[in-house]
Amino acid sequence: MKTIYFDNAATTRVDDEVLKTMLPYFTENYGNASSIHFKGQEAKDAMEKSRKIIAKALGAKTEEIIFTSGGTESNNLALKGLFFWNKENNTGKDHIITTKIEHDCILNTCKWLERQGAKVTYLDVDEEGFVDLNQLEKSITDKTIVVSIIHGNNEIGTIQDMEKIGNICRKKGVLFHTDACQSFTKTFLDVKKQNLDLVTLNSHKIHGPKGVGALYIREGIKIVPLMHGGGHERKIRSGTENVSGIVGFGKAVDIANKKNVEKMIKLRDKLIEGILKIPKTRLNGAKEKRLCNNINVSFSNIEGESISGYLETHGICTSTGSACASHSLETSHVLKAIGLPPVQSNSTLRISISKYTTEEEVDYFLKVLPGIVEKLRRMSPIK
Amino acid sequence: MTLNYSKKVIQNFQNPKNLGEIKNADGIGKVGNPVCGDVMWLYIKVEKNDKGKEIIKDIKFKTFGCAAAIATSSMITQLAKGKTIEEAEKISKSDVAESLQGLPPIKMHCSNLSSDALRAAIKDYKSKKKK
Repeated sequence: MKTIYFDNAATTRVDDEVLKTMLPYFTENYGNASSIHFKGQEAKDAMEKSRKIIAKALGAKTEEIIFTSGGTESNNLALKGLFFWNKENNTGKDHIITTKIEHDCILNTCKWLERQGAKVTYLDVDEEGFVDLNQLEKSITDKTIVVSIIHGNNEIGTIQDMEKIGNICRKKGVLFHTDACQSFTKTFLDVKKQNLDLVTLNSHKIHGPKGVGALYIREGIKIVPLMHGGGHERKIRSGTENVSGIVGFGKAVDIANKKNVEKMIKLRDKLIEGILKIPKTRLNGAKEKRLCNNINVSFSNIEGESISGYLETHGICTSTGSACASHSLETSHVLKAIGLPPVQSNSTLRISISKYTTEEEVDYFLKVLPGIVEKLRRMSPIK
Repeated sequence: MTLNYSKKVIQNFQNPKNLGEIKNADGIGKVGNPVCGDVMWLYIKVEKNDKGKEIIKDIKFKTFGCAAAIATSSMITQLAKGKTIEEAEKISKSDVAESLQGLPPIKMHCSNLSSDALRAAIKDYKSKKKK
């Protein structure tokens, strides 16, 4: 059976070209980028080339990019790094503003920071998942360190208005951090035009390898490290750099292009249109400002995991809107924040496509889905 | 499949047995809560066998839930069909789970409502009989 991979918001297939670029850095150019001999310099040059590519894609300076192990580490580093720098320097600032629709690595970092003395405001969102800008402005005080708002939401695909948020933060004199793991290379992101001070990026959502990410930190912003050691990455992230991973990350950014984004938008819209033809379905998240690869739909009266399970019998990989199928039985905090009742939340399916998705795959999916929904609805006591 | 479901769970999820409802059922058991994610309705038809004992002649289900919920529903109908009321009442959560070659621990409670549903259906039958 052919695999149809519609779970690209979880992770993506590594691009062949990316893999090819990485391979020599395991067996030939295996040097430690900190070594002063030529083997070390080869590794360092390759790493700096990637740093340059990534910085350019953001409109940042090369030295403003810090490599990490991925999105989770970058998000932890941004928030913990800022909070503890302020604590260490007795600035009196202890307030963080974020939203109710962040990825768990932001929310759980914030919850932990609250136990370390931080005050955290969790902003509401409207039914499409957009942050309430008035509430944001009103929440900023003279104790606020940073506003951290996810760029493109991983569950419902809503893309926030970075310019407006950035302007509010600049006007009020607070830092602005965004988690751009899902949006990077898929929609406009520019640290200058959007007044971004810190940006979390990762590689494996964009056909790069897993285990590598980056944090953009605007020049002059001080944070304390999570990792203490040999002082790598401008003393912000000690530990021998993952050179092959960083090389792959750079290549993935380099080959990302608008054409692929346009292709994904077309297929996404075809999928949305086709799915919504099934009675009693509802699209979650923004209609217009939406990630090019994200579809999130609720199917009344049937359970997301069952839909996903039947799709799997056709070789189609999707994920559910609720976390039920993975680690916990709690319904999604994102779907709750947009006002979806728990019953609808349990009936949700996320489909996330990639540049490899074909029209044939989309057609096949749209062919099998209605029968699955009908079968499960026949099975369901809820009408 | 999502989680490590056993072969038996997957079989019963893909091709559930005794799916549907029984018109004029002798007892109906309704358990679960859509907020938690699983709802099961179990219908039973009771008849006396040639020894004069009441047996579950027919049993059908309707379920809203995940793969485990559907598989446990399908399994309980197979375990209960043809059994006497006394025997059927004794079918436990672990009997259902064992017949399915086990369930992932996280699914043991939430999606293993089928024995509760069966007992609820038998209770419903008994209370109707009294009237």
